[in-house]
Amino acid sequence: MTLSRDDVVHVARLARLALSDAEVELFTAQLRTVLDHAADVAALDLAHLEPSSHPIALQNVLRPDDPQPSLDRDEVLAAAPTVEDHRFRVPRIGGAAP
Amino acid sequence: MSSLGTAGTSGTALALAAQVRSGQRSAHEGVEEALAAVAARDGELNAFLVVLGDEARAQADRVDAAVAAGHDPGPLAGVPVALKDNLCTRGTVTTCGSKILEGWRPPYDATVVEALRRAGAIALGKTNMDEFAMGSSTENSAFGPTCNPRDTGKVPGGSSGGSAAAVAAGFVPLGLGSDTGGSIRQPAALCGVVGMKPTYGRVSRYGLVAFASSLDQIGPIAATVADAALLFDVVAGHDPRDSTSLPSVPEPTLASVHAGAEGIRVGVCRDLVDGCAPDVAARVQEAADALADAGAKVEEISVPEFAYGLSAYYLIAPAEASSNLARYDGVRYGLRVDGEDAEVMNTATRTAGFGAEVKRRVMLGTYALSAGYYDAYYAQAQRVRTLVMRAFDRAYESVDVLLGATAPTTAFDLGAKVDDPMAMYMNDVCTIPSNLSGHPAVSVPFGTGAGGLPVGVQVLAPALGEAVLFRVARVVEAHAPQGPGS
Repeated sequence: MTLSRDDVVHVARLARLALSDAEVELFTAQLRTVLDHAADVAALDLAHLEPSSHPIALQNVLRPDDPQPSLDRDEVLAAAPTVEDHRFRVPRIGGAAP
Repeated sequence: MSSLGTAGTSGTALALAAQVRSGQRSAHEGVEEALAAVAARDGELNAFLVVLGDEARAQADRVDAAVAAGHDPGPLAGVPVALKDNLCTRGTVTTCGSKILEGWRPPYDATVVEALRRAGAIALGKTNMDEFAMGSSTENSAFGPTCNPRDTGKVPGGSSGGSAAAVAAGFVPLGLGSDTGGSIRQPAALCGVVGMKPTYGRVSRYGLVAFASSLDQIGPIAATVADAALLFDVVAGHDPRDSTSLPSVPEPTLASVHAGAEGIRVGVCRDLVDGCAPDVAARVQEAADALADAGAKVEEISVPEFAYGLSAYYLIAPAEASSNLARYDGVRYGLRVDGEDAEVMNTATRTAGFGAEVKRRVMLGTYALSAGYYDAYYAQAQRVRTLVMRAFDRAYESVDVLLGATAPTTAFDLGAKVDDPMAMYMNDVCTIPSNLSGHPAVSVPFGTGAGGLPVGVQVLAPALGEAVLFRVARVVEAHAPQGPGS
């Protein structure tokens, strides 16, 4: 499983990153080195072990459904790049303009 | 250069808090001294991204007023503390060392920041770090590197390099860092101070900007082991706002820190020594000998499974990061670079806002989680995590703590590894196992290596073993070699 240039281009798109051709070359080589190192792990026969997603046993944490103060709306919106009518304003999502 | 670790209690957080609580010294005076020290030398070091002069003075005045009114301000009364810049501070910029959060002012405080204030501590400023805590040298900060106070041509380690340098330079007696793969312990080792990663879940992560949520843990950086225990006791505890916070109330560790190592079984872990530079390995052996002299039962032990930790970590941590960092989309906070539609805007924002190392890890994690590679990389790395956890359990059937190096070498030259990610990642080889298992571990300064640079010895303990960890660390500290630079 050698990481290809096309893999890097694909993954960058998924991660919403734009790369120059030079960056694609550089990152392909660097990520390949990391994945080559990980070949030691990929080669192990560990079918008998359960994967661990966490160091401790996780459980659902519930609290009584009592109203509590939340973050101040104006303070939260003050951090946003653009707002309109107390909402986050974003550019058009998907599709061509009507 | 200030002497550290064995300098007695003058200048320690314990001594300062005792003086402030008893009215012998004002918090105001301590804060002015700290601010003056920062003003005199931080232009050279770049440990702080923001110094909170007015806020620190105001908090000091509140502490002094409490003392004057006959109240006890708390166990950290008047102690200046450096906060890593991934800890949210309400109304005060929190950047994570990233351009994508430049100028962001969180609308809430991290739980640890609240705990510090309740204990009478004074937040002196926010410290430099590798962007989003991804790095081992603090060179990945968007705001320039931090220099090692011991030798300004060297890195301070990372990612909590700013907090470690601030303590090593004597700016503050205490700092908070975060440790995902060694980011408290490795910079502590390279700067010659104490750095400790608690058991996962012991310290609330509420208000810690997430990197890899199953590995991240906040912990203390201090000049002495007793001060690290003091700070740990203040920030540890259950927090309903962190669903991974452990429900148990931890026993205070400071009370037993001087209890010695008599009868404690110490395993010198070959796998955390043999790959290290000779000057580092020699110091670990001396620390083991010192523990034996102090009455500990020292034996050699091997945990070969640790060899797979690095590869597993550099799949798991990037995978979690790729998910956590999806929130930086230019919508709710932080940088936005405009675009004709949302996807173009998202992409332009992230491309301009993230540095090269963050991009590498986000892409690596996205790859490890993508269809066709998930089982081979991510699921396999999670199985290695199980393997490492079981190996720890087996080791702790025969010993109480493990001993090894913190980092494979002493501090390296600024710029030496920035173009070679894999060489940089190798810095974390001795610290990663404890993150995978969620166990506590501490780095203690123990003499110097080549070039007079500090060496850190690492003590590892099982889950919830903070008390024994600090006890053993204190014995190591008490026997650390004295001499130029130590």
